[in-house]
Amino acid sequence: MATKKKKKTDWSKEVFKVLKKADIRQIAYVPDAGHTSLIKMAVADNAIKPVSLTSEQEGIAVLSGAWLGGEAGALLMQSSGVGNVINMLGMANECRFPLLMLVTMRGEWGEFNPWQVPMGQATETVLDAAGVIIHRADDPAEIAETVEAAAKIAFDSGRMVAVLIGQRVVGFKDWTK
Amino acid sequence: MAISYKLQRRKVVHQILKERGDAAVITGIGNAVHDVASFNDDPKNMYLAGVMGGASMVAFGIALAQPKRRVLVITGDGELLAGVGSLATIGVEQPKNMSIIVIDNQAYGATGNQHTHTGSGVDLVGIAAASGFKKTALITTQAELESELPKIHSEPGPYFAVVKVTNKSSPRIDAPRDGTYVARRFRAAVTGESM
Amino acid sequence: MASRRKITLDRRKVVEKILKDRGDILLVTGLGAPTWDAAAVGDHPNNFYLWGGMGGAVLTGLGLALAQPKRRVLVITGDGEMLMGVGGLATVAVQKPSNLAICIMDNQRYGETGMQETHTEHGVDLAAMAAGAGFQKYSTVYNNRELAEAIPVLYSEQGPVFVDVKVTDAPQPMTLPPRDGPMLKHRFRENLLGHV
Repeated sequence: MATKKKKKTDWSKEVFKVLKKADIRQIAYVPDAGHTSLIKMAVADNAIKPVSLTSEQEGIAVLSGAWLGGEAGALLMQSSGVGNVINMLGMANECRFPLLMLVTMRGEWGEFNPWQVPMGQATETVLDAAGVIIHRADDPAEIAETVEAAAKIAFDSGRMVAVLIGQRVVGFKDWTK
Repeated sequence: MAISYKLQRRKVVHQILKERGDAAVITGIGNAVHDVASFNDDPKNMYLAGVMGGASMVAFGIALAQPKRRVLVITGDGELLAGVGSLATIGVEQPKNMSIIVIDNQAYGATGNQHTHTGSGVDLVGIAAASGFKKTALITTQAELESELPKIHSEPGPYFAVVKVTNKSSPRIDAPRDGTYVARRFRAAVTGESM
Repeated sequence: MASRRKITLDRRKVVEKILKDRGDILLVTGLGAPTWDAAAVGDHPNNFYLWGGMGGAVLTGLGLALAQPKRRVLVITGDGEMLMGVGGLATVAVQKPSNLAICIMDNQRYGETGMQETHTEHGVDLAAMAAGAGFQKYSTVYNNRELAEAIPVLYSEQGPVFVDVKVTDAPQPMTLPPRDGPMLKHRFRENLLGHV
């Protein structure tokens, strides 16, 4: 099975460095397998407040509050969670809150679960319709620089940005376990 | 701070399903699907392999449509938390034929075993009671499970129980994943109409 | 379940009492009447009004409280808004922000959309939900005596604290604060941080 363990660890480490460089202080998340390492690093870092959420829309509000309080944050979620955030994005959009979202994709590359396909296929369209700038990374070597660029446009230009991390990067889910 | 529990999720679910009679069973995304499928692939099972947070409300709709049939939700703590406002909606509506069973391993088992809120002091039973559920239970032992079984299946509801289980994973047993098939088969089984 | 006690408190007077000696608290209000209530007391640079984002007031307060651990953060919102993001109570309780206070103006109605009944009209007990979520300090307020006890809790008890104030659904004049999002954001941050 094609889970690329080594690469997965590597890109997460690089992305974490980028988040640290962007002075990210709050990391809100609903877990996804693709975010496992990033979440662990966030929890282990004393300068970062990890916020585990019950549902993704909470994260948009938390990061809005973080920015009001002078801190930058990031939201980690799976593409299925994008469907949960749409109305709350209106606040970030209207107030021009910087918003950095790292979205691990499902429902595309080699998807096994048909129930993931509708939201996965709609993710880009829906984010675009809500006014979010979309960056995509399908090559593990490009993820960190993509997140770096996204963080810049989010925090320097005050925009909502989603980095979609292709399912190809995370690898097929190992369904035999 | 998370306490470890001894009950095994699969055994718990199998024991509940043994006495289901003609109940409809709705599973939330994740391990609950495999727990139920590993007992048997009953046509009165509706497996939700997506829509995190939606299992209880899907079941509520079925409970309204099928007032004479017991409707059981078997789901995980993470799934329930993602739609926890549903408890208030169900608490207001008071469907008598509905039971929600949360198999609580205090972790997001499908995505890397990150802690859920239930390992950090969140009391789902308390939230259900606050939402208006008249019958609630916290099940942590085999004896408690056995004493609750009749209530799960026949106490006028809405009934809500959290079963605390170990976080050990069990072999993956798949349910049919084709939603159209599962839904049509389910509808035929509970209505008597053809697929 | 909530007990059925008579509801007499006037929301405008309640919010006025809460905010009378506000000191340097940072205030987040949920969309609808709580925003008008706060505006009726007087616009303030330490106020951040949500005009949308239903279900997000408490979580916005959480992010702010985490970013500003030395400042007291007060969220005033409605029962409908709270119910829409009620999982947030669990998220807050897990974070245990000692500087966050949540106060619900609970008229048991969706006031902005035609006074339809919310779940709190039908027995859903928000304070008990907060307790279930893990809040150590929670209460439901029905009268001025209980309100007088609750106000110091909102300001100085170790958080997170949760107070559900039962208020009547009597209509109130609309008092609208500024609604331009970037202006509200810049004003709030400049006052708090010294820069936008």
